[in-house]
Amino acid sequence: MLTISQELVDKIVAHARADHPDEACGVIAGREGVPERFVPMENAERSPTFYRFDSMEQLRVWRDMDDRDEVPVVIYHSHTATEAYPSRTDVTYASEPDAHYVLVSTRDEDETEFRSYRILDGVITEEEVRFLP
Amino acid sequence: MAIEVRIPTILRTYTGGAKAVDAEGATLDELISNLESLHPGLKDRLIDQGNLRRFVNVYLNDEDVRFLGGLGTPVSDGDTVTVLPAVAGG
Repeated sequence: MLTISQELVDKIVAHARADHPDEACGVIAGREGVPERFVPMENAERSPTFYRFDSMEQLRVWRDMDDRDEVPVVIYHSHTATEAYPSRTDVTYASEPDAHYVLVSTRDEDETEFRSYRILDGVITEEEVRFLP
Repeated sequence: MAIEVRIPTILRTYTGGAKAVDAEGATLDELISNLESLHPGLKDRLIDQGNLRRFVNVYLNDEDVRFLGGLGTPVSDGDTVTVLPAVAGG
């Protein structure tokens, strides 16, 4: 289960809406499984169907987290034309076994889908999301 | 002195859980071969058909080795090499 504050959810959704129709991506850093610090990342691919963190930005952000004893608790990205479910490419490149992979869909203008998964050894497991006020 | 190689979570199964290991070599290629002899299986996760895997980022100190000399990049004692799987998807 992912427990996350409504404030962080709103930030992820706002980022996804701002970059639509390209995919948006980023990280929520935190400790002991608690997502705390919102880190929007540049989508180096600037694409409506693909995302990749910029490699230099990723190094900086990962070092920052190391220095603060944080880990990427959440790795999020948006789907802009399909449902908020991991694609085959998402599964292929999933490389953080401890992260919650959050998917947001912006295909509907008025409603945003927000779902969370574990992706481990090619297996997708959806999990419940608890929103804290 | 040796070269410190920082290992991401997903590859720590090859290093007995260690976050960083030491290795030697004059180039990145040699360093990775040395790593392989110390931690068998690691090389295959970094290199595919003689090239760095597309979705693995390798940094020498503060630079992505793709912008340096790739596998031919010279390395020396005191350097730090960081391996980070690219975060990517569709």
